[in-house]
Amino acid sequence: MKMTGAQALIECLRREGVQVIFGYPGGAMLPIYDELYDVADIRHILVRHEQGAAHAADGYARAGGGVGVCMATSGPGATNLVTGIATAYMDSVPIVAVTGQVPTFAIGKDSFQEVDITGITLPITKHNYLITKAEDIPGTVKEAFYIARSGRPGPVLIDFPRDMQQAEIEFEYPESVELPGYRPTTTGHPKMIERAAELLDSARRPAIYGGGGVNSSDAQAELLALAERIDAAVTMTLMGKGGFPEDHELCLGMPGMHGTAYANYALHEADVILAVGTRFDDRVTGKLDMFARNAKFIHIDIDPAEIGKNVVPALPIVGDVKSVLAELLGRVARKRHPEWRKTIDEWKKQYPMRWKGDGLKPQFIVREIHRATKGDAIIVTEVGQNQMWAAQWYPCKRSHQFLSSGGLGTMGYGFPAAIGAQVACPNQVVWDIAGDGSIQMNIQEMATAVANKIPVKIAVLNNGYLGMVRQWQTMFFKNRLSHTDINVGTPDFVKLVEAYGGVGMRVANESEVAPAIEKAMALKDRPCLIDFIIARDENVMPMVPAGGTVDEMLVD
Amino acid sequence: MKHTISVLVNNRPGVLARTASLFARRGFNIDSLAVSTTQDPDISRMTIVVEGPDAVLEQISKQLYKLMDVIKVLDHQDEAVINRELALIKVNAEAGARGEIMQTVSIFRANIVDVSDRSFTIEVTGSADKVDALIGLLNQYGIREMMRTGRIVLSRGGRTA
Repeated sequence: MKMTGAQALIECLRREGVQVIFGYPGGAMLPIYDELYDVADIRHILVRHEQGAAHAADGYARAGGGVGVCMATSGPGATNLVTGIATAYMDSVPIVAVTGQVPTFAIGKDSFQEVDITGITLPITKHNYLITKAEDIPGTVKEAFYIARSGRPGPVLIDFPRDMQQAEIEFEYPESVELPGYRPTTTGHPKMIERAAELLDSARRPAIYGGGGVNSSDAQAELLALAERIDAAVTMTLMGKGGFPEDHELCLGMPGMHGTAYANYALHEADVILAVGTRFDDRVTGKLDMFARNAKFIHIDIDPAEIGKNVVPALPIVGDVKSVLAELLGRVARKRHPEWRKTIDEWKKQYPMRWKGDGLKPQFIVREIHRATKGDAIIVTEVGQNQMWAAQWYPCKRSHQFLSSGGLGTMGYGFPAAIGAQVACPNQVVWDIAGDGSIQMNIQEMATAVANKIPVKIAVLNNGYLGMVRQWQTMFFKNRLSHTDINVGTPDFVKLVEAYGGVGMRVANESEVAPAIEKAMALKDRPCLIDFIIARDENVMPMVPAGGTVDEMLVD
Repeated sequence: MKHTISVLVNNRPGVLARTASLFARRGFNIDSLAVSTTQDPDISRMTIVVEGPDAVLEQISKQLYKLMDVIKVLDHQDEAVINRELALIKVNAEAGARGEIMQTVSIFRANIVDVSDRSFTIEVTGSADKVDALIGLLNQYGIREMMRTGRIVLSRGGRTA
């Protein structure tokens, strides 16, 4: 069938099962947007800043909607996607970004709104393409989606010159992709799995340290069964949150810088650690050569480059987490470790998660949201103290329930990602736990939420500070609060949200918290923001200082 | 220690940039780099000389494999290989020194490819050690200008990548 490049792109998206595009038009995207004008089976959501489109596509993918798609025009449109693409890259989230580009004959001439976006995104995409021949369009789009979602997922960008959008081609969608340099290993090596089972059988103080790979491979059931069978203590990273039910007796919460004391002690004392779909990030390990140094590691990851990158494991297993865990489950012996459990229980008693002092506490607010949502809501976070309080105080039940910019730590991620998550999961309640700093980084997406009747709920934990930086200044820089007090100039969020057409509330006392949350939960057709005026100087605890060891952990 | 690795890649625009960018952002230092097409017009071959401990080399190889356009990575460390470099060396050649330089050139089976009243330009091919040795000997006359290609390598015998 003959069609234009723009029509071909839409047809490819259809074949890939795309239902939603988050985008923003522009000169170099006019032919594609002209096509979208008549498209009824793919929903286009107009954002108010391209960064919002990339984060929304990311939130859509993380919430379980499949590969997220975002679009932007050439030049500044494309560069505005960059932070969102880098966020997705660091957290291995499958998105496909389509950017407009000046016509092929104008490339390299510093044309109006021209930028080398494939060059710019080289280190932050799994792969990227510049279309130079219109007949390559179907094959390129097919490959892009395949690469984004297979193996270790990640973002792929397609740069689409305007003349390629207008060129006429004979459309034929390839059945398969041929990538001789790309064959992800999904099945673990049987010999390695055998030896891993032996090592786990010999363990007296086993621990599981799970990461985002558990969620992206949907391995929750396998991990649960394995942990119960070998009676291992389980700690899940920020990215792994939800990959193991947090109300389970074996679950110790999050490890690392702001993890629970008992998770950190458990890793420190464990003799065998099964590291699953995780990458030994510095926020987890602290000082690397002191990290869990009594343990032998089994490291399962689909990306061979993660194995041995930071920690050399006793047993490396390259493969898909779900498949490897299932294999492992069939080989390990059922064990009980009452003494190990007792030790951990003592740590739990000695160093419980708690908060102290008076005033409206952020921990209390997150607990109240947890109570009101029965622990079922999709929780999206911004970055900073709000992110850590959300992670610490909202225990999750399932994968794809907790969405946070873990690797890149992108302030402004939460709200647009929450919009994406709500679009992917219209029947779920979505909360963005935000700070007064980060919410201002993409507040313009309030217009997107209002226009599309997206009932995202935002809890701003407002302390008038860039709180996490303020905390570090207090603790490590003699309380010299250099440029972290943002009280002056911060808008009245209630008025601001109302100006957009959303619902705003302000809460300053504990007694008002539950009623405000209830009111927010009742709203089904528009966004809502609650401005919680919290105790200003609250710190996130416990804390292992950057590059520190478990012995340096500050408990409260 | 020094490693010589061969990387077979798709012959597409941007592949060199992808590879070089990977080395740069992961902090791997390239000693030399040579790229050319192969017997298969769709495939290019890069020979990269890189210094680092084995663990770093393993990481380089794994990271290279993550690039979609990389088909194969070979570390030639323990393998019999033919390795060659080409150098052009412009050296001072005053009247009194000419005979001696010509003898040295002949011992190294190098060629004088350009002559002026005060200089010779010498072309030498061989292993890096051989090229180093010749440069070492020519230094005493004063090297005015010099250029070396990157190393290129093929396995000995019938084996192919």
